[in-house]
Amino acid sequence: MTANHHKSLQASPEQVVYAKVLEKGMLLGLGLILLSFALYVLGIIKPYIPVDQISKYWGLSVDEYLHTTNIHAGWSWVGMLGYGDFLNFVGIAFLAGVTIVCFLVIVPVLWKNNDKLYAVLSVLEALILSVAASGILGSGGH
Amino acid sequence: MTKTGKQGVFFVALLLSVVLLAGNGYAGEGLMAADSASSAPWWMWPLLLLVVTFVMGVAAVLGGVGGGVLFVPIISGFFPFHLDFVRGAGLLVALAGALAAGPGLLKMNLASLRLAMPVALIASSFAIIGAMIGLALPTQIVQIALGVTILGICVLMLVAKKSVVPDVPKADNISSVLRIYGVYQEASTGEIIDWKIHRTWQGLVLFIAIGIMAGMFGLGAGWANVPVLNLLMGAPLKISVATSKFLLSITDTSAAWIYLNKGCVIPMMVVPSLIGIMAGSFVGVRLLKVAKPGLVRWIVIGMLGFAGLKALTKGLGF
Repeated sequence: MTANHHKSLQASPEQVVYAKVLEKGMLLGLGLILLSFALYVLGIIKPYIPVDQISKYWGLSVDEYLHTTNIHAGWSWVGMLGYGDFLNFVGIAFLAGVTIVCFLVIVPVLWKNNDKLYAVLSVLEALILSVAASGILGSGGH
Repeated sequence: MTKTGKQGVFFVALLLSVVLLAGNGYAGEGLMAADSASSAPWWMWPLLLLVVTFVMGVAAVLGGVGGGVLFVPIISGFFPFHLDFVRGAGLLVALAGALAAGPGLLKMNLASLRLAMPVALIASSFAIIGAMIGLALPTQIVQIALGVTILGICVLMLVAKKSVVPDVPKADNISSVLRIYGVYQEASTGEIIDWKIHRTWQGLVLFIAIGIMAGMFGLGAGWANVPVLNLLMGAPLKISVATSKFLLSITDTSAAWIYLNKGCVIPMMVVPSLIGIMAGSFVGVRLLKVAKPGLVRWIVIGMLGFAGLKALTKGLGF
């Protein structure tokens, strides 16, 4: 066991690195969400679905909603970022993606501390989250 | 009752009033709801959502529960939104709360990355499966299962005990190999607590079910994480609560991506909910410092029971 593995009141080096990246990512993601929502709701950027029409769709099931609005599921929102409502997906995806980055940045720290088992676990976790994010597990019937 | 206790009760009573008001304005489900909702000005529902989630944020902190577990049954029961979008929004609400709390808890060494990682690997994998099952099943079935689960959570909240520092005579082999242990200083007494865990594989097996339920219902899963980490695996209560909160940022990430990729995210629902619940949590934390929220916790259990019954009856078509 190396000195790094002794019990300490202080957080481990990888935990501190993880926390710092998570904090920056979280703040940036929330900032992006607030900014894009303001642009959307104030009508500065025109939405795909007009704000006064959205209440017609949120009571539908997701399949009916996608079909009725001709929106495609998965990552197709990237191609619709010119619309105010879809611009909000940037911040949402950023928030949902920051944990993947956190796991990847601690891999070198763990490896350097000879904690290869947790380095492998970090890579595995990043892979699982990336698979979920990729959309290959199904992204609707459209 | 103290002044702040009364304030807590006031917030919860306000939440009940607003959801009942919302319930009166909402006549049905699906296309019927769309017609009903379209007669109201478009901004009414997001504004109501902002108010309800703000009060929900206060009540969640005072009642010691996560925002997601209140959000999904209450919003799906009393608002005109389809359960698909409520679950997507619920996961993002729980995720944002966990991401906001995570860095501080990790830096203070209350959340343990070493404890969270093996658990997260299991829970996040099965949250993906849970999300896929939840989106494949008919809405009525999910609504019934949600109602039963919420009522189960009420029972869990009523009967589950907590152990501040559980007795763990010997760490088991898995936790020894994974070096899951640590120390923390109890702020109230200054005592240094040396902790380790046991029954690791049993805990990991339970996180399969927790992951599936988190993904299926979009609930977050703090209500289940804490008893398993604390009572079964023997982590101290503070470590369990903090690690559970951090764990949600991983479990909910995997499920949230499935909902996002399926198209279950409507920004006009998600963003007011995020703002409302986070603002409410800030206020709740300020009230928590001085309040003894025992009564509020009972009211929250009552609210969950009510919302669970509503989900159940809605699923059964009553």
